[in-house]
Amino acid sequence: MKLMNCPLNGWRNIGEFVYGGEVRPAPGADADTETWADWVFMVDNQAGVVREWWFHAPTSYWFIAERDTANDTLIRTYPAAEIFTERVEFASGEKSS
Amino acid sequence: MAFGLLKFGLRRTYRARGILPPRPALKSSYDVVIIGAGGHGLAAAHHLAKDHGITEVAVLDKGYLAGGNTARNTAIVRSNYLTPEGVRFYDEAMQLWRGLSHELGLNLMLSNRGHLTLAHSDAALRTMRWRAEVNKHQGVDSELIDPGEIRKLCPQLDLSDEARWPILGALYHPPGATARHDAVAWGYAHEASRRGVEIHEHTEVTGFRREGSRVTAVETDRGTIHCGRVLQAVAGNSTRVGDMVGLRMPIRTVPLQACVSVPIMPVIDPIIVSGSLHTYIWQTARGELVMGGSADPYPGYTTRSTLDFKEGLMAHAMELFPFLGEVRLNRQWAGMTDMTPDFSPIMGKTPLDNYYIDAGWGTWGFKATPVCGKRMAETVANDRAPEIIHAFDMGRFARFDQVGERGAASVGH
Repeated sequence: MKLMNCPLNGWRNIGEFVYGGEVRPAPGADADTETWADWVFMVDNQAGVVREWWFHAPTSYWFIAERDTANDTLIRTYPAAEIFTERVEFASGEKSS
Repeated sequence: MAFGLLKFGLRRTYRARGILPPRPALKSSYDVVIIGAGGHGLAAAHHLAKDHGITEVAVLDKGYLAGGNTARNTAIVRSNYLTPEGVRFYDEAMQLWRGLSHELGLNLMLSNRGHLTLAHSDAALRTMRWRAEVNKHQGVDSELIDPGEIRKLCPQLDLSDEARWPILGALYHPPGATARHDAVAWGYAHEASRRGVEIHEHTEVTGFRREGSRVTAVETDRGTIHCGRVLQAVAGNSTRVGDMVGLRMPIRTVPLQACVSVPIMPVIDPIIVSGSLHTYIWQTARGELVMGGSADPYPGYTTRSTLDFKEGLMAHAMELFPFLGEVRLNRQWAGMTDMTPDFSPIMGKTPLDNYYIDAGWGTWGFKATPVCGKRMAETVANDRAPEIIHAFDMGRFARFDQVGERGAASVGH
């Protein structure tokens, strides 16, 4: 069984984790449709070391993993706070609530 | 045909027939360069030569003939998809499959055994009914059947109410068949090379030369080739080749695993698929059970098999056929699939003037081989995509106009 090191829970079976996509900056809320389409659908899909979102399902914990996609080797996992040092505001100018 | 066969049978000596001539020297220029010597690329080469008279064609592959997904799929062909665009396209493939052994002069062992997609929930039944109606509307033979009918077609299935996920019904697609997948590649390669197409195995594309939006040359590890037009058909490596030429793709490369059992006596006649249990299974002419499941849970450029896959697949296969607990596995393998967000291919022209793409074939590429070859050849020859593949255009994502094909293999319901 392949194992993954969760920054919160330590080594766990890979089956407990859910892949969450490539880590890349989201466009601003005022970005045009083309930029959004690119962000939603296009992916880098690199063969090599990539930075990805992963999710430990039993504890609902999101974190970041560096993984070599060419040989499926995990290099490092760490809390998202390590690269997101400032709060990300997703809301646009108007609040819906 | 019958007379030729008789003559062949009465002959005393048989001359071995080589599939391919020895690899020729690479020329400095070709009218069309096809990247990828899998089923799709070779079929396109065959149709370029046969239908359009374009024979100055080089098919390049960094590996060997059909060494990728062409010979790693589970060899099922069918057309019972969900979207009208999908059904129409795959139905044309089915029509071509029926005459393909004859066209290629090679027995592809097309075995028309019927295809059952099982439903274990009301939601799945609803999808099957939907698919059956879309299919019938497009003239494709599909029907929703109940467990009584399923028992007649495949009495070995566990149809009891005691099952963890009782079988409530199935989408029955009588034209569903299997074909000898490597022979498909050899047949196309042989026919294409007989007409003058050059097939260059072990020739890796390392880059491109561009002038504005035109590709002027393809660089390989055996030298640079000037090209009129280029067709990319490289499955799991679509992004890597796309990156070299400057095309960004909505593709994730995900491993897909499959396996076969040791040969056993003939026991399962139709092709059995369960989307809910992520299992499909059929028996080959020599008795092996071919089994596959869903694609791996995360992307990667590897073809390694995993224990997780086998555990999951075997557990589900045994829910369908409890006797499989006694059967040993023989071989397992994986391929690299190019998955798109809408489970549909990307075919046609690209933002580059003379560069065409055939990608995004995920887990549904083999069955489309003949129609894809025919239609991509048409696209390359005329510099215009025919209507039947318009829906699969590369630009659809920027228009938020996806195809949404939930009839594709490995899509759960």
